[in-house]
Amino acid sequence: MLTITTFVIVSVIKIVIALAVLLTAVAYSTWLERKLVGHIQNRWGPQRVGPFGLLQPLADGLKFIFKEDLTPPQAYKTLYIAAPILSLALALTSISLVPIGNWVTVGGVETPLEITDVNIGLLIILGITSLGVYGIALAGWSSNSKYSLLGSLRASAQMVSYEIALGLSLVGVLIMSGSLNLREIVEAQGGHIAGFIPRWNIFRWPTQIVAFFIYLAAAFAETNRVPFDLPEAETELVAGYHTEYSSMKFAMFFMAEYANMITVACIATLLFLGGWYGPAFGPWWLENLLPVFWFALKVFCFIFLYIWIRGTLPRFRYDQLMAFGWKFLFPIAVANVLLTSLIVALQK
Amino acid sequence: MLQLVLFFVFGTIAVAAAVNLLAQRHPINSALSLIVVMASVAALFLLMGAEFLAAIQVIVYAGAIMVLFVFVIMLLNAGEEERTPGSRIAKLLGFPAVVLLAGFLAWTLVTRNPYPVAVNLTGRFVGSPALIAQLLFRDFLLPFEVTSVLILIAIMGAVVLASSAGTTAGPGSPERPPAKRES
Repeated sequence: MLTITTFVIVSVIKIVIALAVLLTAVAYSTWLERKLVGHIQNRWGPQRVGPFGLLQPLADGLKFIFKEDLTPPQAYKTLYIAAPILSLALALTSISLVPIGNWVTVGGVETPLEITDVNIGLLIILGITSLGVYGIALAGWSSNSKYSLLGSLRASAQMVSYEIALGLSLVGVLIMSGSLNLREIVEAQGGHIAGFIPRWNIFRWPTQIVAFFIYLAAAFAETNRVPFDLPEAETELVAGYHTEYSSMKFAMFFMAEYANMITVACIATLLFLGGWYGPAFGPWWLENLLPVFWFALKVFCFIFLYIWIRGTLPRFRYDQLMAFGWKFLFPIAVANVLLTSLIVALQK
Repeated sequence: MLQLVLFFVFGTIAVAAAVNLLAQRHPINSALSLIVVMASVAALFLLMGAEFLAAIQVIVYAGAIMVLFVFVIMLLNAGEEERTPGSRIAKLLGFPAVVLLAGFLAWTLVTRNPYPVAVNLTGRFVGSPALIAQLLFRDFLLPFEVTSVLILIAIMGAVVLASSAGTTAGPGSPERPPAKRES
């Protein structure tokens, strides 16, 4: 039985580790993005700072800290300062509910490999990400600049629209696993179909492959990434909602964007790609470590895909974006929910 | 014990934010205060053990409806509220009326409540997603569906208002904000 002291100590340790890992991952996603996009465009990408440019994120961070922190004189000060803080805080909070592996026992204390195990983990993550829109909306509005305002108007309309398709694409998975607990959803995906195909949700029925791609498209729009990066379309809006931001405030938006990408990748891994399941073998320490490795590998592949698409696709036009979300993704997502529930009902 | 402390913390935040909502003169500050109210009410639901309700409260109210409020305020670029003779009269009559109404409600709840201790502030509220779904889709299916028809009618009304506003008046006519709100 856990006493309150051990609980607090274990929680603090987990929070520190999770934050450190997440922030490192955020820093190195930026490095990965610059490197990969560089190679896609037949350039080298960062290579001066450290071997393979590996210290580039550190140099970027230093640069951000030493930049002048400007506030436009006509800005609505309180909200102007609060917006990046809100963005980053919400982006970092959602990671606390993501399980990255099985239960482990360290020094006689048994603990799950996540900060907290909640019954309705998925709903809470969706709730936190749905609040993330305020950071962007308020940033654009409080800057008192037309580019920022247009960017944030686009962002909030886009995020509210695509949230519907995103939520509906997950319903199929929830029907199949019968739970909102992320750990139980992953545990329902253990084992194999026909002896060799892993029983991940994406492979279980063809409808789930469709659901996965709906999720993928909606997630790109939710995180304001190419091809849906209209909120910061630099050819039209300078830099969109963060036009007026500089120094660490800009860096906070930047970090929030990458942290959101990582969260989205984690949810895709947990719901569609079997979470931490993968071949686990060898001595006990390796057996405990491999699930975490598989999880990280799947998340990495998803981030890789993100960057690959950024280097490949052009940007949508705004009316195309809205039409795609409402007239294409939304009906398909509803059809997927109906079809999946029909299959589940027939199987019972 | 801890739950009781948390109850008072979030209850105080909710009431303070609600008062702030009324006191602020800029609509965006009022809207943000309302979000804080929603979030702290969600925390109160969570304390009662109604975790599903708490999540829905945040997703639907704070995450969707209030976004539209903020969106409309940003779109219309609403400025600070102005003092008019009407608002002064409202202030003069409104505050005593609120105190009277709140006092009456509190008095009724305290004296006429047949279950004085049944308000379970921090207990195990039975409200798992499965139970709520059974209530909505089996026991109260008809009222639930009728409500959805009602919302459909509201959406159609909003579309009609918005399209007629587009032909007769210009955009930003007073019909438009309600249209946003219903969707």
